Amino acid sequence: MVPLSYYLLLSGILFACGVTGFLIKRNIITIFMSIELMLNGVNLSFVAFAAHWHQLAGQVFVFFVMVVAAAESAVGLAIIIAVYRARETLNVDQVNLLKL
Amino acid sequence: MTGTLNLWLIPILPLAGAAINGFFGKKSSRRAVSTVALVFSGAAFACALLAVLRFWPESNTPYQEYLTHWIRAGSFSADFAFYLDRLSVVMVLVVTGVGFLIHIYSVGYMWDDPGYYRFFSYLNLFMFFMLTLVLANNYLLMFIGWEGVGLASYLLIGFWFTKDSAASAGKKAFIVNRIGDFGFLIGLFLLIQHFGSLNFTEVFDQVKPMGVEASAGRLTAIGILLMVGACGKSAQIPLYVWLPDAMEGPTPVSALIHAATMVTAGVYMVSRSHMIFERAPIALTVVAIIGTLTALFAATIGVTQTDIKKVLAYSTVSQLGYMFMACGVGAFSAGIFHLMTHAFFKGLLFLGAGSVIHAVGGEQDMRKMGGLKTYIPITFTVMLVATLAISGIPPLAGFWSKDEILWKAYESNPVYWVIGAITALITSFYMFRLLFMTFWGDYKGISVDDHGHAHATQGHGEHGHGEPHESPMVMLVPLVILAILSFVGGFVGIHNGFEHFLEPVFGGEFPKTITQGAGNTEWILMGISVAFAFAGLILAYILYVSKPYLPQKIADSLNGFYKAVLNKYYVDELYAAVFVKPLIDASSKVLWQGVDRKVIDDTINDAADGARHVSDEVRHMQSGNLRSYAGWIAAGAAIVIAYMTWLGVSR
Repeated sequence: MVPLSYYLLLSGILFACGVTGFLIKRNIITIFMSIELMLNGVNLSFVAFAAHWHQLAGQVFVFFVMVVAAAESAVGLAIIIAVYRARETLNVDQVNLLKL
Repeated sequence: MTGTLNLWLIPILPLAGAAINGFFGKKSSRRAVSTVALVFSGAAFACALLAVLRFWPESNTPYQEYLTHWIRAGSFSADFAFYLDRLSVVMVLVVTGVGFLIHIYSVGYMWDDPGYYRFFSYLNLFMFFMLTLVLANNYLLMFIGWEGVGLASYLLIGFWFTKDSAASAGKKAFIVNRIGDFGFLIGLFLLIQHFGSLNFTEVFDQVKPMGVEASAGRLTAIGILLMVGACGKSAQIPLYVWLPDAMEGPTPVSALIHAATMVTAGVYMVSRSHMIFERAPIALTVVAIIGTLTALFAATIGVTQTDIKKVLAYSTVSQLGYMFMACGVGAFSAGIFHLMTHAFFKGLLFLGAGSVIHAVGGEQDMRKMGGLKTYIPITFTVMLVATLAISGIPPLAGFWSKDEILWKAYESNPVYWVIGAITALITSFYMFRLLFMTFWGDYKGISVDDHGHAHATQGHGEHGHGEPHESPMVMLVPLVILAILSFVGGFVGIHNGFEHFLEPVFGGEFPKTITQGAGNTEWILMGISVAFAFAGLILAYILYVSKPYLPQKIADSLNGFYKAVLNKYYVDELYAAVFVKPLIDASSKVLWQGVDRKVIDDTINDAADGARHVSDEVRHMQSGNLRSYAGWIAAGAAIVIAYMTWLGVSR
């Protein structure tokens, strides 16, 4: 049996990849994918803990996260399309009207 | 007397008139404005007469009318309620009667003024407050009227507010009165503290069983504080300075407010509180001394003035001094008697002076008048009557009341009598001086035609005659009525009739110790005061008619003293140096520049500046760059996780 720490380490690596991608990428779709990556990193640690402690709540949580993430992607992608139509760019540095 | 007297109608009617003229007068015609003003003030007079007639048979006991409750706080209460006894009967009839006559006169006098509706609105407002003052059944409602007449007085003194001197005279009157009101208010607080009430009957019922205070006690304190209030309103030393300046107002205002009614409010208030004063001999002595000094002091200033209205103003101050002298020696009914006759003849003098000013096209300097008796015979006749009345020449009104006061003063202390008699001489002198300078000799004014239009904007509009002309009928009728009153008004005092009339109010509970057998002395004193009155007349005749070069010579020989009197003893300058200037300096340098600017403003500004500097630095964090925000979040999360990990490890 694979020990818990392996899962947690993988989860941490996935999350860190997500954060890094979020911070360094300019393409809004890549950023979006990085967010999904972070969510999945967290999901992994949820199921790992659930299996380890024999607690179903963790797995239920994962389903919630996946549902919310799906809804969020639908909305997010719609926003991205709208932004692209308006600005003809997907570079976040150029979508900065709110900047002082 | 059955049912209610509807006393509340008497003050409410002028208030309605004031409201109608104030709100709608601007767009109405002059005729409509004057109709409203006259109807409402006349109706108030009619209501007052009606109420007095119904009250008359039972006037031995005061009548009270409760309108509605006003303040109820714990055991303290003050209501909108009215009080009628023989003292308020006199006051109400004088205020509404003389007030109504002056309203009629103003219709003619103010006809050309652009602020016509405003004038009548204020005048009616004044009537409302004055009637509230004299009809109130408690000190607090009286104080409302007291402040209200001050407001109306301010508005009317500054009626021509574009004129700087008028505006500042109004302010001066208001501020000086505030000083008096301060004393009055503290007096009221003491009344509440000691008697728990401001209701006249409740207070006096508690005062009645108290004995005379041998040394200064609470009644003395209350009395002196009330006196301070009266000093302000009734222009006594040291607060008289506002009244001469108040002559900046239109002449009918001077007649109504600053001669006949408002300035007598102090005398009324002291008389109303006679229960308190009778038990506080020290306060009473203060009243007598202030009154006596004021009478003499103001009379001497009156001698040197050349502005016809200023002479009358100082004369008013002096006559008010007489009234206070009377109150101070315990002769309240004599004071009220003089108040009434003074309202007639001084109202007449002012209205007559207004008629003179009207005749010569707005000129107020007596040196530029003269010889007017052939031009304006009716005005001359009524002025002559009024002058004889104020000088105390029998059998006119002033003789009876002044003689009554002097006699009572003599009974109390001959020193008061001596000063009072000298004042009577001076009064007679300056009044005949006014009469001779104005009506005798040759007309020294410029032709009215050249001069009139310059003053038209001030309301002394001219009709373009070449020489002085008589006033219109609407102004003459009130003059004649007041002249008749000045003539016969004193007869009610024969055989102490007036004193008996007021006996239910002032009572005989403190019988004067002087026996009635002093009849001879009374006759001698009367003879002396009449002789003094004639002496003043003759002196004025010699100086201003037969040898007109003499006054200048006398003035030159008395150089320093004359100058001091001419400059009103430099009292205004003294007050300016002692009170006004330090106050202004302290306000502007310490309070404004120091406290307000340096402390309050700087604290606020520094706090705001600090907040702005900090924000200036901090706002760079909000770059609007999405990834920098995400970086901050990640860094924050990392710190939290590191901290919790550390916590977990160290445990």
